[in-house]
Amino acid sequence: MSTSFMINGRQRTVDVDPSKPLLWVIRENLGLTGTKFGCGIAQCGACTVQVDGEAIRSCVTPVSSIEGKAVTTIEGLGKENDLHPLQQAWIDHQVPQCGYCQSGQLMSASALLTNNPNPSDEQIDAAMKGNICRCGMYGRIRTAIKSVNANAVASSGKSELYYNAGEIEHV
Amino acid sequence: MSKLTRRAFITTGVIAGGGVMVGIAMRPGNQIKDLAPKLGKDGENLVHTYIKIDGDNTITAVIPHSEMGQGVHTALGQMLAEELDADWDRIKVEEAPALGEYASYSAGRRYLLAGIEFPKILIPTVDGMMMRVADTLNMQITGGSLSVRSTGFLAMRIAGASTREMIQRAAAKSWDVPVDEIVTEKSHVLHIPSNRREPYATFTDEIASMTPSQTPTFKELADYKIVGKYVPRRDIPQKVDGSAKFALDTRLPDMAYASVLRSPVPGGSLVSLNDSAAKSMPGVIDVVKIPATSVTNMLGEMRASEAVAVVADSYWTANSALQTLEVNWSKTEYDSVSSESIYEQFDRDISARIDRTNDRLEGEVDSAFSRAAKVIDADYHVPFLAHTCMEPLNATVDVREDSAEIWVGCQNPLGFRRVVADFLELDTEKVTLHNHIMGGGFGRKSQQDFVIQAALISKSVGRPVQLIWSREEDVRQDFYRPAVQSRFKAAFDENDHLIAWENTYTNKNEPIEAPLIPYRVPSQDIGYVSSPVHIPFGAWRSVDHSQHGFFTESFIDEAAKAAGKDSFEFRAELLKDSPRHLAVLSKAAEESGWTRPLQQGRGRGISLQESFGSIVAQVVEVTVIDGKLSVDRVVAVIDAGIAVAPDGIAAQLESGIIYGLTAALHGEITIENGSIAQSNFDDYKSVRMDEAPKIETHIINSGHDIGGAGEPGTPGIAPALANAVFDATGLRIRQLPLGNFDLNYQAEESGEVA
Repeated sequence: MSTSFMINGRQRTVDVDPSKPLLWVIRENLGLTGTKFGCGIAQCGACTVQVDGEAIRSCVTPVSSIEGKAVTTIEGLGKENDLHPLQQAWIDHQVPQCGYCQSGQLMSASALLTNNPNPSDEQIDAAMKGNICRCGMYGRIRTAIKSVNANAVASSGKSELYYNAGEIEHV
Repeated sequence: MSKLTRRAFITTGVIAGGGVMVGIAMRPGNQIKDLAPKLGKDGENLVHTYIKIDGDNTITAVIPHSEMGQGVHTALGQMLAEELDADWDRIKVEEAPALGEYASYSAGRRYLLAGIEFPKILIPTVDGMMMRVADTLNMQITGGSLSVRSTGFLAMRIAGASTREMIQRAAAKSWDVPVDEIVTEKSHVLHIPSNRREPYATFTDEIASMTPSQTPTFKELADYKIVGKYVPRRDIPQKVDGSAKFALDTRLPDMAYASVLRSPVPGGSLVSLNDSAAKSMPGVIDVVKIPATSVTNMLGEMRASEAVAVVADSYWTANSALQTLEVNWSKTEYDSVSSESIYEQFDRDISARIDRTNDRLEGEVDSAFSRAAKVIDADYHVPFLAHTCMEPLNATVDVREDSAEIWVGCQNPLGFRRVVADFLELDTEKVTLHNHIMGGGFGRKSQQDFVIQAALISKSVGRPVQLIWSREEDVRQDFYRPAVQSRFKAAFDENDHLIAWENTYTNKNEPIEAPLIPYRVPSQDIGYVSSPVHIPFGAWRSVDHSQHGFFTESFIDEAAKAAGKDSFEFRAELLKDSPRHLAVLSKAAEESGWTRPLQQGRGRGISLQESFGSIVAQVVEVTVIDGKLSVDRVVAVIDAGIAVAPDGIAAQLESGIIYGLTAALHGEITIENGSIAQSNFDDYKSVRMDEAPKIETHIINSGHDIGGAGEPGTPGIAPALANAVFDATGLRIRQLPLGNFDLNYQAEESGEVA
């Protein structure tokens, strides 16, 4: 059975078991390996991606449930010369250690800032507590999030990522 | 010098592309005949070749350690670049390949300990350090917080300095000027009187034929430009855009995926297996039985029970099919073992004191206790802990007719390569291992069980296989930080001076000094009894320090209270002969505002633990309101001798503290019916953003020998936290995790203990 959705601005159709979790479709069928497997039960956040701008755990999201929706993965957040302001903040504050959880952390944090450019500590806690970092870089993550200027995300053109249908590129 | 030349030497060699490599190498044709045939071309087939200088003056530091987030590639690159006077912006770092199987533990020790001459400044520590170099380089082990203080301090600095000296000599000769007029900066040689400046690469041909000094002149600390300074880590940009490749990201043509299930009770075997449902699922390729395995490695004997794996065209399919298997495991002699029975056994064995062995026995312990004005005692214990690296264990192996290739992230590439070769009955040379950055290691990825499974599965199905452990398997099939009990007794004289310290605990591993205390107590009797359990032991971040830090730094706090003294003042008095320790402890007290009064419901605790060559003090502030504990602030001070990468040390402290805080608050693997009761992050919890305290780190550069950084942050957090809880509530926590206690209820009990 086939499912069609947009991923990082490109329309894709996959012919897989509709109950196959989005995580494994992204990693195995679409060849994007930046999104990580950590627990399989939506407890660690390593698999976090955005669907229509909301951070979700792709390891428990059946691919059929995203038919017609827009998915953004870490590969769609920003690249070397076009970084999302949060990615630059992650470098500036030397956030990652092992780095394995950081795709998920960044997808949760960028969804937070899109909805709430000036989050309080409590709001950061609420948005980020689904993402475990076993290297324990929570203090740096918090500092990095708070370092991003309220207007930086909007002016970077990354406030809605690939949610905007105008960016569809058919393949 | 002559001995060194006979046995081993620093070597240079021209490599493809006109560059030059420099490193410490075994000399081909030496007297150890059994090793000689395995040595390859000069400089190329050796593990420890550290420097490449390319024609365009790009310099590559080849780092013989694995990167798991600790920033080792950057820190060791800094040490090399500093002595080389290299341009940091044009230095590349790369991990050394898994080559050099000749350098086994014993051979390495025999080689490297045999008569190498080192700079005089190092001679007092050479014996111990060379042992470590042999262990770490030759085995390519990353662990023990050793990379910077052994490989960096000796090998990388020597390679950098001796290469710089060769380039200076080559330039002096070429320009016909005295060598002492040649200076170096940013990968260039300069002769200022004649206004000449050339890149290092100009002289690679000349230095390729030189013999580097093994006793080069090192820079003065004051002249450091790269070491001790902030430099951004080289591995971070790829970790923010998803491009960093972990072993899990390996993709090969025709690759299948596998999920595995091992006997839940160690030692169990397959009695029956019904795999018909699994085999009928679309996408399932095969169901493979994996025999029990056993490997003797540096960590002791690694044993893994029989297992069954499902191979499919998708990991999701493989793991879903695995859940449909009907498996009967054999009965074992451990089927009735529980955490309770293990703690009862520990208690019994400590009381029986059978074959009790001393770590330290000094003074007159018995008479001190018999004449004591006051005696206190207490029993502590901690549970088993799993590692739960963010990246679940995985390995991709392609076993072919007469060779094999491995893609894995591990803490011992040479050891992993060797063990796969053994199990596949291949020559080691026929096995290639591609080591990857690791999504956490913490000690777990030094055990080879999972790579053996992947190799055997690939061999069985005849194609490349990526084995991924489910998180459930990762939690249930770990090599665990052991459960440990520790019994204390302390004696005071009539002036409340601590005069005797007695401690008996279960099951010693390493480091040997972990249970020792830095305090001057005239009579000490510290020892252990053996109380074997069937749950496999593994090195867990800071190893034995992780429990003994909690035990000793909690009980010394009890002693302070019994003496009616302030926790800081009591320790400080006992550290009068240990100025380094006292300086670290005092700095923590000062930075935390130790004497500032706290509101009702808040508390403050302190700890001090030396481990892996570094001394760390921590002050923790907590709030306990209506039984709800909040860890507000941690102030940590480290004396690691010389801070090579200060921000890296700060990050490692922060990381070690959160890792230890997870254990202190939540960490508990319990045993039921001989097997592990927990399975995933829902029942084996980690500290998350909302529980993470503010952490302030301070570094003391004492100039002593370089200490480790990866582990020393971990031991001190649990006792400082428990001491803070006592300060806030009057409740003495003697068992972890803290999350098991109702702080509200217990607080009513007038200083009663948990």
